[in-house]
Amino acid sequence: MERRDFIKFTGVGMGGLMLPLSGMAVSAEQLLDAPMDAAYKKKLADIALNAAKAKGASYADVRIGRYLNQFVTTQEKRVDNIVNTESAGVGVRVIANGTWGFASSSNMTPDSIAKTAEKAVEVAMANSKFQTVPVQLAPVKGVGEVSWKTPVKKNAMAVPIKDKVDLLLSVNDAAMSNGATYITSILFLVNEQKYFASTDGSYIDQDVHRLWAPFFATAVGKSGFKQRTGLGNPVGMGFEYLDGLEKDKIRISGANVGYKNSYDMIEDATAAGKQLQAKLKAKSVEPGKYDLVLDPAHLMLTIHESVGHPLELDRVLGYEANYAGTSFATLDKWKSGKFNYGSKIVNLFADKTQPYSLGNVGYDDEGVKTKEWDLVKDGTLVNYQAIRDQVHMIDQKESHGCCYSQSWRDVQFQRMPNVSLKPNDEDISAEDVIKDVENGIYIAGRGSFSIDQQRYNFQFGGQLFYEIKNGKITEQIEDVAYQSNTQQFWNSCTQMAGKSDYRLGGSFFDGKGQPAQVSAVSHGCPTTRFNNINVINTARKV
Amino acid sequence: MTILTEQHAKTLLKKVLSFSKADECECNLDGQVGGNIRTARNTVSTAGEQSDLTLAVQSTFGKRTGVATINEFDDESLKKVVRRSEELAKLAPENPENMPLFGVQKYVKPNNYFDSTSNVTPDDRAQAAEDSIKPSKENKLVSSGFLQDATTFVAIMNNKGLFAYNKATNVNFTVTIRTEDGKGSGWVSRDYGDVKKLNTLKSSQIAIQKSMDSAEAKEMEPGKYTVILEPAASVQLLSNMFGNMGQRPADEGRSFLSKKQEEGKEDGPTNKLGEKLFDERVHIYSDPLEPEAPTAPFAGDGHQVSKTDWIKDGKIVNMPNSAYWAKKTGVDYKPTAYTGSGLFAGAAQFVMAGGDESLEDMIKNTRRGVLVTRLWYIRSLDPQTLLYTGLTRDGTFYIENGKIKYPIKNFRFNESPIVMLNNIEALGKPVRINGSMVPPMKIRDFTFSSLSDAV
Repeated sequence: MERRDFIKFTGVGMGGLMLPLSGMAVSAEQLLDAPMDAAYKKKLADIALNAAKAKGASYADVRIGRYLNQFVTTQEKRVDNIVNTESAGVGVRVIANGTWGFASSSNMTPDSIAKTAEKAVEVAMANSKFQTVPVQLAPVKGVGEVSWKTPVKKNAMAVPIKDKVDLLLSVNDAAMSNGATYITSILFLVNEQKYFASTDGSYIDQDVHRLWAPFFATAVGKSGFKQRTGLGNPVGMGFEYLDGLEKDKIRISGANVGYKNSYDMIEDATAAGKQLQAKLKAKSVEPGKYDLVLDPAHLMLTIHESVGHPLELDRVLGYEANYAGTSFATLDKWKSGKFNYGSKIVNLFADKTQPYSLGNVGYDDEGVKTKEWDLVKDGTLVNYQAIRDQVHMIDQKESHGCCYSQSWRDVQFQRMPNVSLKPNDEDISAEDVIKDVENGIYIAGRGSFSIDQQRYNFQFGGQLFYEIKNGKITEQIEDVAYQSNTQQFWNSCTQMAGKSDYRLGGSFFDGKGQPAQVSAVSHGCPTTRFNNINVINTARKV
Repeated sequence: MTILTEQHAKTLLKKVLSFSKADECECNLDGQVGGNIRTARNTVSTAGEQSDLTLAVQSTFGKRTGVATINEFDDESLKKVVRRSEELAKLAPENPENMPLFGVQKYVKPNNYFDSTSNVTPDDRAQAAEDSIKPSKENKLVSSGFLQDATTFVAIMNNKGLFAYNKATNVNFTVTIRTEDGKGSGWVSRDYGDVKKLNTLKSSQIAIQKSMDSAEAKEMEPGKYTVILEPAASVQLLSNMFGNMGQRPADEGRSFLSKKQEEGKEDGPTNKLGEKLFDERVHIYSDPLEPEAPTAPFAGDGHQVSKTDWIKDGKIVNMPNSAYWAKKTGVDYKPTAYTGSGLFAGAAQFVMAGGDESLEDMIKNTRRGVLVTRLWYIRSLDPQTLLYTGLTRDGTFYIENGKIKYPIKNFRFNESPIVMLNNIEALGKPVRINGSMVPPMKIRDFTFSSLSDAV
């Protein structure tokens, strides 16, 4: 999903018209138009709720959404594409005869909204003929009329296009002046203005902002080519993330710079150029067992794949069996209260409340107030991620508040909240973690990630690999991937840095569901050590 | 209103062009109507319907281009979207790679629209889902599936005389059927233009059989094995390879088709066009008239497409490129067909020629090997060698002396389609999968690197 969308809007493989990813192309100024008045949205929402009830729905919710995107793509010295899109419409979800039904429309006249609600009831009725288990919703108290907004300092949509293009072209120049042959740099800016109302009596207006500034650099040498992507993170922040403040930099001696809540993209591109040249000459890894020290910009995706996905309750129960798969973390393991997901120092928690995170919202897409909860405590599996129609299946009465839809057009369902690894109580640094390793590899950045459909066996790569000998980073190496099993891997976790090293990484386009939907999710963690992990060499002669 | 006839689309687009003041103007109408139903745990989980019609207008002044889109079609709105695209064009930076629009084209006529698919109702979808769930329940198995159907159309017109129109229908069905204890899992996928060809009851039987047969899998040592890859197992690797065959990245030194320069011969060929890279039986082409998997007869820019060989007798004979890169390097423009922008938008269609052998014949003719139903979570490890990793899923079986002997645990593979297409033992009869045509393949020395406990 992720890759396909990227190809689409960077235009690779597309001739002719550059169509936006979704929504209507608009001018940059239109991205700043004031959201629809909340009182008017309430009026429209009530039309949908009343129409659904009149047709026989026992529950209904309506999402009136305006989704704004801006994508700026540059390659080397040229601007490849600037796309501004706006998509507005209404999605109505109902329960009728104990069955879900959903319909959506971009037509927001009162008459069309009522018809959309009626269509949702019609779909529910058609499906209820074969429904065997009625939907059971955990109760939610209506919150009345409330609002929430991502705490941004600089609204990215308001920054002039010229400043964005200048930044990206400077990034490209920095990479190419220091060793890169080609580079694509991109700004993705997202603003979700969404209004949720339900027959429970909630009217929730939210204004959500997200930003991602990746680059993809390549160096071509005599022996072939190497690639390096940026080490910045997608965030739930405004343009202030690109200020590149010194206080947010963590320098790993002999290796990379890690970025906390602010990213110096030009510095990272400069480093990328140099590291690409080093990659072309780097020695190939000797396969074997190593102690791995994983940088947060790498470990975040390992957490995503080996903890985030297997603990989604819909996967555990089989609702995703036909697509992403099921999970090894079955209910019996959870019920035993003794399943060692990881070593005693491993504490993994879920939330949709961490500041600067991609998942941060006030309420989820079915009107549940967001919160934080434990998934793995002192190494033991203690909970899952679940929403209103699921929690009764794990004997709980309260939704975790992690329901999400990518737009008004699509039905909401359980999506991964932020899933993060708690830092060490003792505030040690990343270099303190490295200094005790005799024979290891330090890995930074996200590379090739592949995991089986129940999340046992995985093979992960990275962007930058450094040999560690006797507590010191010695040299850059290549062709590294590690293969492990989720439970074994987390049980081999022996040390982690403290809260000063804790950083958020994230995935801007996590795919799930049929039809597939994307969502954005963060994972916080410190630099962490895993002992005796199987490393393979990915070089191959063809 | 969402799916316009050719005549209606032509009239509307002529009107749009009449409002244009740009040097060049191209309009693109894209409409889709579709529905889906999703099942899990032997019942319906979600279902929905979608419809959308969008007009995109691209205006160009010199080398500056702007695009604007709209989904309202009164005259005022049409004028507004043209003006908006012109304003954006004037504000846009010059694109040094901007190419002039194409004039009148000659298109072949694929048969890719079926009323039967266009007329599918929510009740039809519910019934198709029930037909898949019922036999699963009767066998005490657990079914999860997804059915999606759509009618789509695209029309392109520009002020150089080009007009292109294509209407198509598609239906796709997949189902995963698992044993109650989670020890067995089977899967099947079907996609067609004509829903009459889809029988969810019959195709679900395959997933049911695989589910029951795959329980109690035995462990086999990872290593190199002769494999029989069902078309669903190889389609993604082949599609990834085809997607990496572009001429420009090859010429720029960043593809598996880049040619390494010899010392002192820096002006030699930059790509591997004409080189034999695969077994001589490998023949991969695209064809809008492929009877089982037709496509639009034009590319996204309206340029005509016809049958094009990409790999013939194991040699690279053509490489997809852009109009800009073709002109820059003095070769013919070789686009791939337009594959849509919404429902059923996908990778470029390709056809891999095969033989007459069925999958069953292939198994019969195998002394020792592994039958793979599908490969999953495929990720690139090295773009220079097209080395990929991923896992087998939903039915992996050990074959001995022409018979399926027993189910085996899933493997992780680390393999390149380049190696795979050099190690061909046999090719079977191609079938449609994900809009392309792929034969079952018997491949020797396929590399499995570790075992997975996943079912």
